[in-house]
Amino acid sequence: MARMKFLCDSDRCIECNACVTACKNEHEVPWGINRRRVVTIADGTPGERSISMACMHCTDAPCAAVCPTNCFYTTADAVVLHSKDLCIGCGYCFYACPFGAPQYPRVGNFGSRGKMDKCTYCSGGPEADLSEAEYVKYGANRLAEGKLPLCAEMCSTKALLAGDSDIIAQIYKERVIKRGYGSGAWGWKTAYRETVAI
Amino acid sequence: MKTGLTIRALALVAAMMLAPLSAPLFAQQSPSGKNPTADSVNEEALFKQSPKIAGRITIPDGKAAVLEQPQGREWRGFHEGWMPWIGAFAILGMIILLGAFYFTKGRVMLEQNEHSGRKILRFNTFERFTHWMTATCFIILALTGLNYIFGKRLLMPLIGPDAFSAITQWSKYAHNFLAWPFIIGLCFMMAVWLADNIPNRVDWVWLKAGGGFFGDRHPSAGRFNAGQKIVFWVVIVGGLLMSMSGILLLFPFAALDINGMQTIQGIHAVIGVLFIAAMLAHIYIGSLGMEGAYDAMGSGEVDLAWASAHHDLWVEEQQAKTASGPQVPSRPLPAE
Repeated sequence: MARMKFLCDSDRCIECNACVTACKNEHEVPWGINRRRVVTIADGTPGERSISMACMHCTDAPCAAVCPTNCFYTTADAVVLHSKDLCIGCGYCFYACPFGAPQYPRVGNFGSRGKMDKCTYCSGGPEADLSEAEYVKYGANRLAEGKLPLCAEMCSTKALLAGDSDIIAQIYKERVIKRGYGSGAWGWKTAYRETVAI
Repeated sequence: MKTGLTIRALALVAAMMLAPLSAPLFAQQSPSGKNPTADSVNEEALFKQSPKIAGRITIPDGKAAVLEQPQGREWRGFHEGWMPWIGAFAILGMIILLGAFYFTKGRVMLEQNEHSGRKILRFNTFERFTHWMTATCFIILALTGLNYIFGKRLLMPLIGPDAFSAITQWSKYAHNFLAWPFIIGLCFMMAVWLADNIPNRVDWVWLKAGGGFFGDRHPSAGRFNAGQKIVFWVVIVGGLLMSMSGILLLFPFAALDINGMQTIQGIHAVIGVLFIAAMLAHIYIGSLGMEGAYDAMGSGEVDLAWASAHHDLWVEEQQAKTASGPQVPSRPLPAE
Protein backbone atom coordinates (compact mmCIF):
# COMPACT_ATOMS: atom_id res chain seq x y z
CA MET A 1 0.00 0.00 0.00
CA ALA A 2 1.01 3.53 -0.62
CA ARG A 3 2.08 5.91 2.14
CA MET A 4 0.30 9.11 1.14
CA LYS A 5 1.93 12.43 1.96
CA PHE A 6 1.96 16.08 0.93
CA LEU A 7 5.16 17.91 0.03
CA CYS A 8 5.23 21.66 -0.53
CA ASP A 9 8.22 22.87 -2.53
CA SER A 10 8.41 26.38 -1.09
CA ASP A 11 10.88 27.48 -3.80
CA ARG A 12 8.01 27.10 -6.25
CA CYS A 13 5.00 28.27 -4.23
CA ILE A 14 3.82 31.67 -5.46
CA GLU A 15 1.11 32.15 -2.81
CA CYS A 16 -1.68 32.14 -5.39
CA ASN A 17 -4.00 30.40 -2.90
CA ALA A 18 -5.56 28.34 -5.69
CA CYS A 19 -5.07 25.18 -3.61
CA VAL A 20 -7.15 26.78 -0.86
CA THR A 21 -9.90 27.75 -3.27
CA ALA A 22 -9.88 24.40 -5.07
CA CYS A 23 -10.23 22.58 -1.75
CA LYS A 24 -13.10 24.77 -0.60
CA ASN A 25 -14.90 24.28 -3.89
CA GLU A 26 -14.30 20.57 -4.25
CA HIS A 27 -15.58 19.74 -0.78
CA GLU A 28 -18.18 22.51 -0.34
CA VAL A 29 -16.38 23.37 2.87
CA PRO A 30 -18.50 25.50 5.23
CA TRP A 31 -17.82 29.22 5.53
CA GLY A 32 -14.96 29.95 7.90
CA ILE A 33 -13.26 26.58 7.55
CA ASN A 34 -9.94 26.33 5.74
CA ARG A 35 -8.80 22.78 5.33
CA ARG A 36 -5.76 24.15 3.52
CA ARG A 37 -4.08 27.52 3.91
CA VAL A 38 -1.00 29.32 2.62
CA VAL A 39 1.32 30.86 5.21
CA THR A 40 3.91 33.41 4.09
CA ILE A 41 7.03 33.66 6.21
CA ALA A 42 9.29 36.72 6.27
CA ASP A 43 6.68 38.46 4.15
CA GLY A 44 8.02 41.41 2.13
CA THR A 45 11.69 40.56 2.63
CA PRO A 46 14.06 39.02 0.05
CA GLY A 47 13.95 35.73 1.98
CA GLU A 48 10.15 35.47 1.84
CA ARG A 49 8.72 31.99 1.36
CA SER A 50 5.15 30.73 1.16
CA ILE A 51 4.10 27.27 2.24
CA SER A 52 0.77 25.63 1.55
CA MET A 53 -0.25 23.70 4.66
CA ALA A 54 -3.04 21.29 5.54
CA CYS A 55 -3.26 18.10 7.58
CA MET A 56 0.03 16.27 7.04
CA HIS A 57 -1.49 12.87 7.88
CA CYS A 58 1.21 12.29 10.51
CA THR A 59 2.77 9.02 11.45
CA ASP A 60 1.52 8.26 14.99
CA ALA A 61 -0.81 11.27 14.71
CA PRO A 62 -1.01 13.42 17.88
CA CYS A 63 -4.66 14.36 17.19
CA ALA A 64 -5.67 10.70 17.27
CA ALA A 65 -3.75 10.11 20.49
CA VAL A 66 -5.35 12.96 22.46
CA CYS A 67 -8.93 12.50 21.19
CA PRO A 68 -11.12 11.66 24.23
CA THR A 69 -13.56 9.67 22.08
CA ASN A 70 -10.96 7.98 19.83
CA CYS A 71 -12.75 9.29 16.73
CA PHE A 72 -9.65 9.14 14.49
CA TYR A 73 -8.48 6.25 12.37
CA THR A 74 -5.75 5.71 9.79
CA THR A 75 -6.57 4.21 6.39
CA ALA A 76 -4.53 1.61 4.52
CA ASP A 77 -3.02 4.52 2.54
CA ALA A 78 -1.83 6.07 5.84
CA VAL A 79 -4.40 8.87 5.58
CA VAL A 80 -5.62 10.13 8.97
CA LEU A 81 -9.42 10.43 8.97
CA HIS A 82 -12.03 10.96 11.67
CA SER A 83 -15.68 10.29 12.40
CA LYS A 84 -17.86 13.36 12.84
CA ASP A 85 -20.44 11.13 14.53
CA LEU A 86 -18.04 10.42 17.40
CA CYS A 87 -16.40 13.87 17.54
CA ILE A 88 -17.63 15.99 20.47
CA GLY A 89 -15.84 19.21 19.47
CA CYS A 90 -13.60 19.41 22.56
CA GLY A 91 -10.77 21.11 20.67
CA TYR A 92 -7.97 18.83 21.93
CA CYS A 93 -6.89 17.85 18.42
CA PHE A 94 -6.20 21.50 17.60
CA TYR A 95 -3.96 21.81 20.68
CA ALA A 96 -2.07 18.66 19.70
CA CYS A 97 -1.78 19.22 15.93
CA PRO A 98 1.64 20.68 15.03
CA PHE A 99 0.16 22.09 11.79
CA GLY A 100 -3.09 23.72 12.94
CA ALA A 101 -5.08 21.40 10.69
CA PRO A 102 -8.28 20.74 12.71
CA GLN A 103 -10.98 23.34 12.04
CA TYR A 104 -14.28 24.01 13.77
CA PRO A 105 -17.40 25.56 12.26
CA ARG A 106 -17.83 28.00 15.17
CA VAL A 107 -15.58 30.09 17.41
CA GLY A 108 -15.93 27.67 20.28
CA ASN A 109 -16.85 29.66 23.40
CA PHE A 110 -18.53 27.32 25.94
CA GLY A 111 -17.37 24.36 23.89
CA SER A 112 -19.74 25.19 21.05
CA ARG A 113 -17.19 24.51 18.32
CA GLY A 114 -19.29 21.95 16.50
CA LYS A 115 -17.86 18.87 14.78
CA MET A 116 -14.22 19.10 13.80
CA ASP A 117 -13.43 19.33 10.09
CA LYS A 118 -10.05 18.82 8.48
CA CYS A 119 -8.30 17.78 5.30
CA THR A 120 -9.31 14.24 4.36
CA TYR A 121 -6.64 13.89 1.67
CA CYS A 122 -9.68 13.93 -0.61
CA SER A 123 -10.70 10.54 0.73
CA GLY A 124 -13.95 11.11 2.61
CA GLY A 125 -14.75 9.50 5.93
CA PRO A 126 -16.09 6.35 7.56
CA GLU A 127 -19.32 6.35 5.49
CA ALA A 128 -19.58 4.24 2.32
CA ASP A 129 -17.27 5.50 -0.45
CA LEU A 130 -18.87 8.12 -2.73
CA SER A 131 -22.14 8.10 -0.78
CA GLU A 132 -24.24 11.23 -0.28
CA ALA A 133 -23.75 11.03 3.51
CA GLU A 134 -19.99 10.91 3.05
CA TYR A 135 -20.04 13.93 0.73
CA VAL A 136 -22.17 16.03 3.10
CA LYS A 137 -19.95 15.36 6.11
CA TYR A 138 -16.48 15.09 4.62
CA GLY A 139 -16.59 16.24 1.01
CA ALA A 140 -15.50 14.49 -2.16
CA ASN A 141 -13.71 11.15 -2.16
CA ARG A 142 -11.27 11.50 -5.04
CA LEU A 143 -9.04 8.69 -3.83
CA ALA A 144 -11.95 6.26 -4.27
CA GLU A 145 -12.16 7.50 -7.88
CA GLY A 146 -8.44 6.82 -8.38
CA LYS A 147 -7.50 10.50 -8.26
CA LEU A 148 -5.11 12.41 -6.04
CA PRO A 149 -6.04 15.43 -3.87
CA LEU A 150 -7.25 18.34 -5.98
CA CYS A 151 -5.08 20.99 -4.28
CA ALA A 152 -1.91 19.29 -5.54
CA GLU A 153 -3.40 18.18 -8.86
CA MET A 154 -4.24 21.73 -9.93
CA CYS A 155 -1.22 23.54 -8.42
CA SER A 156 -0.10 25.87 -11.21
CA THR A 157 3.62 25.72 -10.38
CA LYS A 158 3.50 22.11 -9.16
CA ALA A 159 4.85 23.35 -5.85
CA LEU A 160 2.40 21.18 -3.96
CA LEU A 161 2.95 17.47 -4.49
CA ALA A 162 0.65 14.72 -3.29
CA GLY A 163 1.05 11.00 -3.64
CA ASP A 164 3.05 8.08 -2.36
CA SER A 165 5.89 9.22 -0.15
CA ASP A 166 8.65 7.54 -2.16
CA ILE A 167 7.40 8.91 -5.49
CA ILE A 168 6.93 12.54 -4.42
CA ALA A 169 10.25 12.48 -2.54
CA GLN A 170 11.92 11.23 -5.73
CA ILE A 171 10.34 14.01 -7.82
CA TYR A 172 11.47 16.60 -5.30
CA LYS A 173 15.00 15.19 -5.15
CA GLU A 174 15.34 15.34 -8.94
CA ARG A 175 14.18 18.95 -8.92
CA VAL A 176 16.64 19.96 -6.23
CA ILE A 177 19.53 18.26 -7.99
CA LYS A 178 18.63 19.90 -11.32
CA ARG A 179 18.16 23.44 -10.06
CA GLY A 180 20.84 23.21 -7.41
CA TYR A 181 18.88 24.26 -4.34
CA GLY A 182 15.87 23.44 -2.22
CA SER A 183 14.63 24.47 1.18
CA GLY A 184 13.49 20.97 2.03
CA ALA A 185 10.23 19.19 2.74
CA TRP A 186 8.51 21.52 5.22
CA GLY A 187 6.95 19.77 8.17
CA TRP A 188 8.19 16.29 7.33
CA LYS A 189 10.46 16.02 10.35
CA THR A 190 7.62 17.01 12.67
CA ALA A 191 5.02 14.86 10.94
CA TYR A 192 6.99 11.77 9.97
CA ARG A 193 10.23 12.00 11.98
CA GLU A 194 12.12 11.85 8.69
CA THR A 195 12.96 14.22 5.88
CA VAL A 196 13.87 13.97 2.20
CA ALA A 197 17.56 13.19 2.01
CA ILE A 198 19.29 14.71 -1.01
CA MET B 1 8.56 61.94 -30.12
CA LYS B 2 8.70 59.01 -32.44
CA THR B 3 12.49 59.13 -32.73
CA GLY B 4 12.84 59.29 -28.95
CA LEU B 5 10.70 56.19 -28.58
CA THR B 6 12.74 54.30 -31.19
CA ILE B 7 15.99 55.18 -29.48
CA ARG B 8 14.66 54.05 -26.15
CA ALA B 9 13.41 50.79 -27.68
CA LEU B 10 16.80 50.16 -29.26
CA ALA B 11 18.54 50.88 -25.97
CA LEU B 12 16.25 48.38 -24.22
CA VAL B 13 16.98 45.65 -26.78
CA ALA B 14 20.71 46.30 -26.43
CA ALA B 15 20.45 46.18 -22.67
CA MET B 16 18.56 42.88 -22.84
CA MET B 17 21.22 41.39 -25.10
CA LEU B 18 24.03 42.57 -22.87
CA ALA B 19 22.31 41.68 -19.61
CA PRO B 20 23.11 37.96 -19.61
CA LEU B 21 26.79 38.80 -20.07
CA SER B 22 27.03 41.44 -17.38
CA ALA B 23 24.61 40.25 -14.72
CA PRO B 24 23.25 36.69 -14.94
CA LEU B 25 20.47 37.45 -12.49
CA PHE B 26 17.95 34.92 -13.67
CA ALA B 27 20.20 32.04 -14.58
CA GLN B 28 19.21 28.81 -12.92
CA GLN B 29 22.72 27.95 -11.88
CA SER B 30 24.78 31.09 -11.89
CA PRO B 31 28.39 30.77 -13.03
CA SER B 32 29.45 32.27 -9.73
CA GLY B 33 28.02 29.16 -8.08
CA LYS B 34 25.87 31.34 -5.85
CA ASN B 35 22.62 29.86 -4.58
CA PRO B 36 19.85 32.32 -5.55
CA THR B 37 17.82 31.16 -2.57
CA ALA B 38 20.64 31.63 -0.08
CA ASP B 39 18.73 34.43 1.66
CA SER B 40 15.45 32.59 1.84
CA VAL B 41 14.06 31.29 5.09
CA ASN B 42 14.20 27.60 5.78
CA GLU B 43 12.64 25.37 8.37
CA GLU B 44 15.77 24.36 10.23
CA ALA B 45 17.02 27.93 10.67
CA LEU B 46 13.57 29.15 11.74
CA PHE B 47 13.33 26.45 14.41
CA LYS B 48 16.70 27.60 15.74
CA GLN B 49 15.33 31.12 16.13
CA SER B 50 12.00 30.21 17.66
CA PRO B 51 10.25 27.04 18.88
CA LYS B 52 7.39 27.55 16.42
CA ILE B 53 7.12 28.92 12.88
CA ALA B 54 4.57 31.63 12.17
CA GLY B 55 3.99 33.93 9.22
CA ARG B 56 1.31 36.00 7.59
CA ILE B 57 -2.03 34.64 6.49
CA THR B 58 -4.72 36.09 4.21
CA ILE B 59 -7.71 34.58 6.07
CA PRO B 60 -9.28 36.24 9.14
CA ASP B 61 -8.44 33.32 11.46
CA GLY B 62 -5.32 34.70 13.16
CA LYS B 63 -4.25 31.44 14.79
CA ALA B 64 -3.93 29.87 11.33
CA ALA B 65 -0.82 32.02 10.83
CA VAL B 66 1.14 29.53 12.94
CA LEU B 67 2.59 27.20 10.33
CA GLU B 68 4.16 24.67 12.67
CA GLN B 69 4.16 24.16 16.44
CA PRO B 70 5.93 20.92 17.35
CA GLN B 71 4.91 21.66 20.97
CA GLY B 72 1.67 19.91 20.03
CA ARG B 73 3.57 16.64 20.26
CA GLU B 74 4.91 17.60 23.70
CA TRP B 75 1.40 18.43 24.90
CA ARG B 76 0.25 15.10 23.55
CA GLY B 77 3.09 13.39 25.43
CA PHE B 78 1.96 15.03 28.66
CA HIS B 79 -1.74 14.50 28.08
CA GLU B 80 -1.52 10.85 27.11
CA GLY B 81 1.66 9.88 28.93
CA TRP B 82 1.83 11.66 32.28
CA MET B 83 -1.73 12.82 32.91
CA PRO B 84 -3.46 9.43 33.28
CA TRP B 85 -0.76 8.35 35.74
CA ILE B 86 -0.93 11.58 37.74
CA GLY B 87 -4.72 11.24 37.89
CA ALA B 88 -4.69 7.57 38.83
CA PHE B 89 -1.96 8.06 41.42
CA ALA B 90 -3.69 11.01 43.11
CA ILE B 91 -7.18 9.53 43.21
CA LEU B 92 -6.41 5.85 43.83
CA GLY B 93 -3.71 6.91 46.29
CA MET B 94 -6.26 8.89 48.30
CA ILE B 95 -8.81 6.06 48.19
CA ILE B 96 -6.20 3.59 49.44
CA LEU B 97 -5.14 6.02 52.17
CA LEU B 98 -8.73 6.54 53.33
CA GLY B 99 -9.41 2.81 53.15
CA ALA B 100 -6.34 2.10 55.25
CA PHE B 101 -7.46 4.70 57.77
CA TYR B 102 -10.97 3.27 57.92
CA PHE B 103 -9.82 -0.30 58.40
CA THR B 104 -7.18 0.50 61.02
CA LYS B 105 -8.72 3.36 63.02
CA GLY B 106 -12.35 2.82 62.05
CA ARG B 107 -15.00 5.50 62.30
CA VAL B 108 -14.63 8.33 64.74
CA MET B 109 -17.61 7.46 66.94
CA LEU B 110 -19.76 9.68 69.09
CA GLU B 111 -18.79 9.40 72.71
CA GLN B 112 -21.15 8.90 75.64
CA ASN B 113 -20.81 12.48 76.82
CA GLU B 114 -21.52 13.86 73.34
CA HIS B 115 -25.23 13.21 73.44
CA SER B 116 -27.46 15.63 75.29
CA GLY B 117 -30.60 15.62 73.17
CA ARG B 118 -30.38 19.40 72.84
CA LYS B 119 -29.63 20.73 69.40
CA ILE B 120 -27.72 23.75 68.19
CA LEU B 121 -27.98 25.24 64.68
CA ARG B 122 -24.61 24.87 62.99
CA PHE B 123 -25.35 25.77 59.36
CA ASN B 124 -28.37 27.83 58.33
CA THR B 125 -30.42 27.17 55.20
CA PHE B 126 -28.41 29.49 52.98
CA GLU B 127 -25.12 27.96 54.11
CA ARG B 128 -26.42 24.47 53.40
CA PHE B 129 -27.80 25.56 50.02
CA THR B 130 -24.41 27.05 49.14
CA HIS B 131 -22.61 23.91 50.21
CA TRP B 132 -24.82 21.51 48.30
CA MET B 133 -25.03 23.62 45.16
CA THR B 134 -21.24 23.80 45.00
CA ALA B 135 -20.87 20.14 45.98
CA THR B 136 -23.33 18.90 43.34
CA CYS B 137 -21.60 20.95 40.67
CA PHE B 138 -18.21 19.74 41.89
CA ILE B 139 -19.15 16.07 41.70
CA ILE B 140 -20.51 16.43 38.15
CA LEU B 141 -17.52 18.55 37.10
CA ALA B 142 -15.17 15.97 38.61
CA LEU B 143 -16.80 12.98 36.91
CA THR B 144 -17.10 14.69 33.53
CA GLY B 145 -13.55 16.00 33.87
CA LEU B 146 -12.19 12.53 34.63
CA ASN B 147 -14.15 11.28 31.63
CA TYR B 148 -11.85 13.33 29.37
CA ILE B 149 -8.85 11.37 30.67
CA PHE B 150 -10.19 7.96 31.62
CA GLY B 151 -13.43 7.62 29.66
CA LYS B 152 -11.91 6.16 26.52
CA ARG B 153 -9.76 3.84 28.61
CA LEU B 154 -12.37 2.55 31.06
CA LEU B 155 -15.90 3.35 29.91
CA MET B 156 -15.69 3.11 26.12
CA PRO B 157 -14.64 -0.55 26.03
CA LEU B 158 -17.74 -1.35 28.11
CA ILE B 159 -20.46 0.57 26.26
CA GLY B 160 -19.05 0.99 22.75
CA PRO B 161 -17.94 4.10 20.85
CA ASP B 162 -21.39 5.45 19.88
CA ALA B 163 -22.94 5.41 23.35
CA PHE B 164 -19.70 6.68 24.84
CA SER B 165 -19.52 9.56 22.36
CA ALA B 166 -23.13 10.57 23.15
CA ILE B 167 -22.45 10.52 26.90
CA THR B 168 -19.21 12.44 26.46
CA GLN B 169 -20.94 15.08 24.35
CA TRP B 170 -23.45 15.72 27.18
CA SER B 171 -20.61 15.51 29.70
CA LYS B 172 -18.85 18.28 27.87
CA TYR B 173 -21.88 20.55 28.03
CA ALA B 174 -22.43 19.70 31.69
CA HIS B 175 -18.77 20.47 32.40
CA ASN B 176 -18.89 23.78 30.53
CA PHE B 177 -22.17 25.09 31.96
CA LEU B 178 -22.12 23.75 35.55
CA ALA B 179 -18.81 25.59 35.92
CA TRP B 180 -20.83 28.78 36.45
CA PRO B 181 -23.00 27.72 39.42
CA PHE B 182 -19.80 26.23 40.87
CA ILE B 183 -18.06 29.61 40.61
CA ILE B 184 -21.10 31.36 42.14
CA GLY B 185 -21.04 28.78 44.95
CA LEU B 186 -17.37 29.57 45.60
CA CYS B 187 -18.23 33.27 45.91
CA PHE B 188 -21.09 32.50 48.35
CA MET B 189 -18.76 30.28 50.40
CA MET B 190 -16.27 33.08 50.69
CA ALA B 191 -19.06 35.45 51.75
CA VAL B 192 -20.47 33.22 54.50
CA TRP B 193 -17.41 31.37 55.80
CA LEU B 194 -14.30 33.43 55.13
CA ALA B 195 -14.44 35.32 58.45
CA ASP B 196 -14.65 32.09 60.44
CA ASN B 197 -11.74 30.53 58.55
CA ILE B 198 -8.96 33.02 59.26
CA PRO B 199 -6.13 30.96 60.79
CA ASN B 200 -5.28 31.81 64.42
CA ARG B 201 -3.29 30.50 67.40
CA VAL B 202 -6.02 28.02 68.37
CA ASP B 203 -5.48 26.23 65.06
CA TRP B 204 -1.80 25.74 65.80
CA VAL B 205 -2.59 24.12 69.14
CA TRP B 206 -5.26 22.00 67.45
CA LEU B 207 -2.81 20.81 64.79
CA LYS B 208 -0.10 20.05 67.36
CA ALA B 209 -2.62 17.95 69.27
CA GLY B 210 -3.29 16.00 66.07
CA GLY B 211 -6.88 17.25 65.91
CA GLY B 212 -7.96 14.90 68.67
CA PHE B 213 -7.62 11.85 66.43
CA PHE B 214 -4.96 10.30 68.60
CA GLY B 215 -5.97 11.33 72.10
CA ASP B 216 -8.95 11.11 74.40
CA ARG B 217 -9.89 14.74 74.57
CA HIS B 218 -10.63 17.17 71.78
CA PRO B 219 -8.43 20.23 71.48
CA SER B 220 -10.17 23.60 71.55
CA ALA B 221 -11.65 24.91 68.32
CA GLY B 222 -13.75 27.84 67.19
CA ARG B 223 -16.52 27.51 64.64
CA PHE B 224 -14.12 25.67 62.35
CA ASN B 225 -11.13 23.66 63.51
CA ALA B 226 -7.80 23.76 61.69
CA GLY B 227 -8.68 20.71 59.59
CA GLN B 228 -11.89 22.31 58.40
CA LYS B 229 -10.05 25.55 57.70
CA ILE B 230 -7.60 23.61 55.54
CA VAL B 231 -10.52 22.13 53.59
CA PHE B 232 -12.02 25.61 53.22
CA TRP B 233 -8.80 27.08 51.84
CA VAL B 234 -8.19 24.07 49.56
CA VAL B 235 -11.68 24.62 48.12
CA ILE B 236 -11.23 28.37 47.75
CA VAL B 237 -7.70 28.35 46.30
CA GLY B 238 -8.24 25.18 44.23
CA GLY B 239 -11.66 26.37 43.11
CA LEU B 240 -10.39 29.77 42.03
CA LEU B 241 -7.46 28.24 40.13
CA MET B 242 -9.84 25.81 38.42
CA SER B 243 -12.26 28.65 37.64
CA MET B 244 -9.62 30.93 36.17
CA SER B 245 -7.97 28.22 34.08
CA GLY B 246 -11.41 26.89 33.12
CA ILE B 247 -12.62 30.28 31.91
CA LEU B 248 -9.53 30.57 29.72
CA LEU B 249 -10.40 27.16 28.26
CA LEU B 250 -14.07 28.13 27.78
CA PHE B 251 -13.04 31.07 25.63
CA PRO B 252 -10.30 29.46 23.55
CA PHE B 253 -7.65 31.75 22.09
CA ALA B 254 -9.41 34.83 23.53
CA ALA B 255 -6.46 35.59 25.81
CA LEU B 256 -3.88 32.91 24.99
CA ASP B 257 -2.06 31.57 21.97
CA ILE B 258 -1.70 27.89 21.13
CA ASN B 259 1.12 27.24 23.63
CA GLY B 260 -0.82 29.13 26.28
CA MET B 261 -3.88 26.95 25.66
CA GLN B 262 -1.76 23.80 25.99
CA THR B 263 -0.20 24.98 29.25
CA ILE B 264 -3.49 26.08 30.81
CA GLN B 265 -5.12 22.77 29.88
CA GLY B 266 -2.30 20.90 31.65
CA ILE B 267 -2.62 23.12 34.74
CA HIS B 268 -6.42 22.69 34.78
CA ALA B 269 -6.08 18.89 34.57
CA VAL B 270 -3.36 18.51 37.23
CA ILE B 271 -5.01 20.84 39.77
CA GLY B 272 -8.30 19.13 38.94
CA VAL B 273 -7.18 15.63 39.94
CA LEU B 274 -5.45 16.94 43.09
CA PHE B 275 -8.63 18.84 43.97
CA ILE B 276 -10.69 15.67 43.49
CA ALA B 277 -8.29 13.71 45.72
CA ALA B 278 -8.55 16.38 48.46
CA MET B 279 -12.34 16.41 48.24
CA LEU B 280 -12.48 12.61 48.58
CA ALA B 281 -10.92 13.07 52.02
CA HIS B 282 -13.50 15.75 52.85
CA ILE B 283 -16.36 13.53 51.70
CA TYR B 284 -15.01 10.63 53.76
CA ILE B 285 -14.67 12.55 57.01
CA GLY B 286 -18.02 14.26 56.51
CA SER B 287 -19.93 11.02 56.02
CA LEU B 288 -18.44 7.61 56.69
CA GLY B 289 -15.40 8.76 58.67
CA MET B 290 -17.10 10.49 61.60
CA GLU B 291 -20.36 9.60 63.24
CA GLY B 292 -22.74 12.55 63.41
CA ALA B 293 -20.64 14.80 61.17
CA TYR B 294 -23.12 14.62 58.33
CA ASP B 295 -25.93 16.16 60.41
CA ALA B 296 -24.23 19.56 60.40
CA MET B 297 -24.64 19.84 56.65
CA GLY B 298 -27.70 17.59 56.43
CA SER B 299 -30.26 18.98 58.86
CA GLY B 300 -28.00 21.84 59.84
CA GLU B 301 -28.37 21.00 63.54
CA VAL B 302 -25.91 19.17 65.75
CA ASP B 303 -26.08 17.94 69.32
CA LEU B 304 -25.08 20.63 71.79
CA ALA B 305 -22.86 18.24 73.74
CA TRP B 306 -21.06 17.18 70.55
CA ALA B 307 -20.60 20.82 69.59
CA SER B 308 -19.23 21.62 73.06
CA ALA B 309 -16.71 18.81 72.76
CA HIS B 310 -15.58 19.58 69.22
CA HIS B 311 -16.12 23.34 68.85
CA ASP B 312 -16.04 24.57 72.44
CA LEU B 313 -15.04 28.15 71.66
CA TRP B 314 -17.79 28.50 69.08
CA VAL B 315 -20.49 27.19 71.48
CA GLU B 316 -19.30 29.60 74.17
CA GLU B 317 -19.49 32.44 71.69
CA GLN B 318 -23.00 31.48 70.58
CA GLN B 319 -24.25 31.10 74.13
CA ALA B 320 -22.74 34.44 75.11
CA LYS B 321 -24.59 36.06 72.22
CA THR B 322 -27.98 34.73 73.28
CA ALA B 323 -27.36 35.33 76.98
CA SER B 324 -26.16 38.90 76.77
CA GLY B 325 -29.03 41.20 76.17
CA PRO B 326 -31.85 41.81 73.81
CA GLN B 327 -30.03 41.74 70.48
CA VAL B 328 -31.26 39.26 67.92
CA PRO B 329 -28.78 36.37 67.78
CA SER B 330 -27.38 35.60 64.38
CA ARG B 331 -27.47 31.88 65.00
CA PRO B 332 -30.09 31.28 67.67
CA LEU B 333 -30.42 28.12 69.65
CA PRO B 334 -33.49 26.36 68.35
CA ALA B 335 -36.36 25.77 70.70
CA GLU B 336 -36.23 22.46 72.45
